[in-house]
Amino acid sequence: MLNVKLPGLDMKNPVMPASGCFSFGKEYGDFFDLNLLGAIAIKSATKEARFGNPTPRVAETTAGMLNAIGLQNPGVEHILDHELKDLEGIDTPILANIAGKQVDDYVYTAEKMSQSPRVNALELNISCPNVKEGGITFGTVPEIAAHLTEKVKAVSDVPVYVKLSPNVSDIVGMAKAVEEAGADGLSMINTLMGMRINLKTQKPILANKAGGLSGPAIKPVAIRMIYEVSQNVNIPIIGMGGIQDADDVIEFFLAGASAVAVGTANFVDPFCCPNIIKELPEKLKQMNVDHIDELRGRSWGRC
Amino acid sequence: MINEKMLITKNTCIAPKIYELTVQGDLVDLIREPGQFVHIKVSDGTLPLLRRPISIASINRNTKELTLIYRVDGVGTKTLSLRSQGDRLEILGPLGHGFPLDVINQGETAVLVGGGIGVPPLYELSKSLSKKGIKVIHVLGFRTLEDTFYQKQFEELGKTVIVTDDGSSKFKGTVIDALQLLNLNYQVMYACGPTPMLAALENGYSDKPLYLSLEERMGCAVGACMACVCHTVDEDDEKGYRKVCSDGPVFKSGEVKLSC
Ligand SMILES: Cc1cc2nc3c(=O)[nH]c(=O)nc-3n(C[C@H](O)[C@H](O)[C@H](O)COP(=O)(O)OP(=O)(O)OC[C@H]3O[C@@H](n4cnc5c(N)ncnc54)[C@H](O)[C@@H]3O)c2cc1C
Ligand SMILES: Cc1cc2nc3c(=O)[nH]c(=O)nc-3n(C[C@H](O)[C@H](O)[C@H](O)COP(=O)(O)O)c2cc1C
Repeated sequence: MLNVKLPGLDMKNPVMPASGCFSFGKEYGDFFDLNLLGAIAIKSATKEARFGNPTPRVAETTAGMLNAIGLQNPGVEHILDHELKDLEGIDTPILANIAGKQVDDYVYTAEKMSQSPRVNALELNISCPNVKEGGITFGTVPEIAAHLTEKVKAVSDVPVYVKLSPNVSDIVGMAKAVEEAGADGLSMINTLMGMRINLKTQKPILANKAGGLSGPAIKPVAIRMIYEVSQNVNIPIIGMGGIQDADDVIEFFLAGASAVAVGTANFVDPFCCPNIIKELPEKLKQMNVDHIDELRGRSWGRC
Repeated sequence: MINEKMLITKNTCIAPKIYELTVQGDLVDLIREPGQFVHIKVSDGTLPLLRRPISIASINRNTKELTLIYRVDGVGTKTLSLRSQGDRLEILGPLGHGFPLDVINQGETAVLVGGGIGVPPLYELSKSLSKKGIKVIHVLGFRTLEDTFYQKQFEELGKTVIVTDDGSSKFKGTVIDALQLLNLNYQVMYACGPTPMLAALENGYSDKPLYLSLEERMGCAVGACMACVCHTVDEDDEKGYRKVCSDGPVFKSGEVKLSC
């Protein structure tokens, strides 16, 4: 009733934690069995280790949060040798997210990462708003995104998903460009650029000043974008942005997603993912649906 | 570490904007050391969305109760102050590493330095040290005498010096001024309070073991989101950083950079 099959990702259920919100799984593995998850999107890996931005790195907003972590991670080699080794005991597919400053960084990281037997697919983060160089520019110019996708596809042994930025005016154009360049799937959406100012200090709360907005506040933006993109591409979409419960997952499927990722909600409730997975069958029964896939794209009449 | 809907047995104002909250549940059995904290979902909806980290101020294993002392500041702590006895509160914990007790021996003296809302975790610490036969001296700073809380409780455990910015207690000034005047003989110092206070202690009192409890804005509070990291002092450290939530919040002076 819940199993879904996407390129490289043979999932028991359509729910995975989103990149950057679950580290490499170890912490949440203390709360529940990671085998319950449909897949795991691990924290963005870069060629070299990165320390990230100064603190404060997070600020709360109405029904959401801003973050400017700055892609802190121990670097691809360390991740292959340690963090991914720690995940060998579980059989949940891994979607390895990668980021970089320039095309060569992505290619290097993608090649290494895709050769790991523990990695089932790559997710190209071309949309991180929190790094000064690269990052967002890859995500806002379709030609550049397409070029990067092609280069990474050429070296990757596993399917490649491109994670799109919502900070663009033509999301469909962007999606089509990376599809043509060979992307096997899309992840959407990454965070929206935002800022909060502290009334006492009269300065931005985040040390980085601006950050990426996530959480329930961005859900309608994600739904609209997936609704439009899914009607214009032939590759599957991993939907994300503000998912908190089973109803949200169903809404993403109705919009056109083939699987979903849960980010910020893990911070609110560490058991969020397994709880959603547990609730889904009952919801589907109530809707008279035998398999969740039947809901995909129903809002625009795919079925 | 568990996520539990704990029963509120008390939530009352004990000083201007300061509340004492007592909750009951199994989580209490899991607390290992003083200085650990909990992450509280203050409301059931999305306002506010994130949890709030609050230190454990004292525990009672017999009644399975833990007490938190918090200052009403923004929307989260305001919402928390409106929750009433008999309600259930979703609490994740116990989290982090607290103050080490095995760095000091029976018969020795510990100095506990607190500033404002950094005072609460020192209470359980003081109780634990006293139980071990360690002499405790408290130097606690507040804005005014009116803002003071738990003075009696601390006095029952050991010598307690209350310092106020405005001089409404006997001592006027900062805890640093008081420490200079008192010139105490001790073996280990523990502190919790605003970063400038911790930095001043690090400057003046690092010749003996000094343990500092840090504060940083958090997301998950379990070590996954990388929001609350700070640099290590040792530039050759393998990782180069520590997470305040899961490696701390208590660090030995000299382990991490305080400017974070
Ligand atoms: C390990 C730890 C232990 C703490 N123990 C206590 C305690 O025992 N008593 C107490 O009164 N306070 C304590 N604090 C501070 C307390 O977490 C903040 O005062 C509280 O989160 C403020 O929430 P708010 O909704 O009132 O303020 P808002 O300004 O509305 O909060 C907005 C966001 O910023 C975060 N934030 C704001 N101030 C702080 C701060 N000083 N530290 C960390 N995050 C902050 C909030 O968690 C929230 O995510 C502790 C903080 C940490 C990290
Ligand atoms: C603290 C934090 C860190 C994140 N780190 C990454 C990251 O490293 N790489 C990435 O592609 N997305 C990252 N994201 C974005 C999420 O994966 C997700 O796309 C976004 O938060 C929207 O989902 P949500 O509303 O469920 O959180 C991060 C988000 C948050 C809140």
